[in-house]
Amino acid sequence: MKRILASRELLLLVAIALVLGIISSRFPAFITPSNLVSVFNDTSPLILLAIGQMIVILTKCIDLSVAANLALTGMVVSLINIAAPGLPIIVTLVVATSFGACLGMFNGILVWKLDIPPIVVTLGTMTIFRGTIFLLTEGKWVNSHEMSDTFKAFPRSDILGLPVLSWFAIAAVILFTIVMTRTTLGRAFYAAGGNPHAATYAGINVGRTQFWAFMISGALAGLTGYLWVSRFAVAYVDVAGGFELTVVAACVIGGVSIMGGIGSVAGALLGALFLGIIANALPVVNISPFWQMAISGGAIIIAVALNAQANRTKGRIILKRAEHAT
Amino acid sequence: MKRRTFTSLVAGLSLAASMVGTTAMAQDNMRIALVVKALGIGFFEAAAEGAEEAASELGNVEIIYTGPTDTTAEGQIEVINSLIAQGVDAIAISANDPDALVPSLKRAMDRGITVISWDSGVAEGGRQMHLNPSSTPLIGNTIIKLAADHMPDGGDVAILSATATATNQNAWIEAAKEVLPNYDGVNLVATVYGDDLSDKSYREAQGLMASYPDLKAIIAPTTVGILASCQAVTDAGKIGEINVTGLGLPSEMAGCVDSGATKSFAIWNPIDLGYSATMLAHAIATGAETGAGAEIPMGRMGSVTLDDTGSAAMADPFTYDSSNIDQFKSIF
Repeated sequence: MKRILASRELLLLVAIALVLGIISSRFPAFITPSNLVSVFNDTSPLILLAIGQMIVILTKCIDLSVAANLALTGMVVSLINIAAPGLPIIVTLVVATSFGACLGMFNGILVWKLDIPPIVVTLGTMTIFRGTIFLLTEGKWVNSHEMSDTFKAFPRSDILGLPVLSWFAIAAVILFTIVMTRTTLGRAFYAAGGNPHAATYAGINVGRTQFWAFMISGALAGLTGYLWVSRFAVAYVDVAGGFELTVVAACVIGGVSIMGGIGSVAGALLGALFLGIIANALPVVNISPFWQMAISGGAIIIAVALNAQANRTKGRIILKRAEHAT
Repeated sequence: MKRRTFTSLVAGLSLAASMVGTTAMAQDNMRIALVVKALGIGFFEAAAEGAEEAASELGNVEIIYTGPTDTTAEGQIEVINSLIAQGVDAIAISANDPDALVPSLKRAMDRGITVISWDSGVAEGGRQMHLNPSSTPLIGNTIIKLAADHMPDGGDVAILSATATATNQNAWIEAAKEVLPNYDGVNLVATVYGDDLSDKSYREAQGLMASYPDLKAIIAPTTVGILASCQAVTDAGKIGEINVTGLGLPSEMAGCVDSGATKSFAIWNPIDLGYSATMLAHAIATGAETGAGAEIPMGRMGSVTLDDTGSAAMADPFTYDSSNIDQFKSIF
């Protein structure tokens, strides 16, 4: 089991190196350290969301509301910033994270207590969250000159050569690697998705574990919401439209099984980086925009096909004779 | 594992479909529906304001401002069908697709509803006339001129558009390429597409700066693109080196003009556009002719004359810079 995971992540690393090699042959400046830093920084929001999504998918659920949660939280903190421009940035961060977590808990409660299928719940809340932004603003945009300078400067400020936005992604990777591998909650996520019946018998409350997963995903989406609107210095209804599918794609490419129970933070990180590198490379390698989408889509299908191949070895033959008979 | 019942599924679905519109009551007033590409876009909100202005000027007109929540032709078809069912008197639409809407708009015209398109057009068979905010050649010329004005010695410019299939943007870019030889030394090096998403547009702008180190100007004829480019140029520390220009809204562009990343940009007045579309819809619904060469009045905006394709242009785009941005940023 561990070996398969390791080799799958190795495979992704090789694929990323290969892609970087191909890109650098057409545009050498792409692999300069400063550009790689900016690619990583650009991919950081995707990494944050992919980690949350991975945990949700581990528990046999899916969170389609992450991008809408991001947009709503981003709009809420922007509006707070207009109302109180002097608010310390730490308060904004706490508000963004806890507001996002509340939205995530709303999803979680519906899945846990009302037992509604997660895809239906999050499809519904996705629309509700976007609709709420519309109600809050009547469709108006919050633009850069309305945001305070500290609000906009925070994710760009430099610590040890990396923007703060990148440090958030790095911190999340470290934190959740520890949570997933060293805590009972982390193991509960794997157990609840890997074999819900066995998990129940082992004393794990599957519904509550799913609730926690949604809360974590929501909190990360909320945090990313602030980082996103301040980075692009604009907040409106359609911020990050369709981004939830990119997030799910990053997870799937990173070897997270959509059936639950299989996946790792490192996988989600590599999956996000793979998509991030392609998204950043396509503009500079001078490819027709009509091909760009086909290339992104092709990469996803190839990765998923490889994952499906790797997952296929899971079955166990119990009745050898029956196997031969067919 | 708990059992998932059918009722719980239904509960989830009804949650998703929680937004249901209400039907307006039938009245004696003439009801003109202003259908936009999507709700929640500042430009169209301003157009709706202009439509209301025209309505209060005309007196007996009620404006129904509506549109889908995302920019799809399917969403607009649903909106049109519901407007036909409500029996409105006129539909003035900014289309997400020139051809896909034709069948449903034809159906509306069969029921005696006046149909005109404005801003983004519908194919000839699907409307009685089309009001362009400005003429395509004028806009194409304006966006190149905006860049050329601030590059006395010429230099490289690039265009960052919306989607590769956007009707408006493609027509403007074609027109811009035609007038390019008139501007000495202005060299168009690339046309890229940011899909009207801030993150993709930002990346495309970064890509342009990386690919063309001598770039002097980025021309973005779309509001999301011009803002994202402005932010990318600001973050790269290239204010003063690269001028971001194109089409944008004053309220959204104020920050870019203040920081100096944008020296000037242009847009027609969406309030005037909504106003004119409403005036035209009202005039046609009350019997004005719509053949080629017909002249139709539109209140304070004067009048338009239709060409062979039944289209007309409202006015020249208006240039905004640091001298007038503060005056306009609170309007739209």
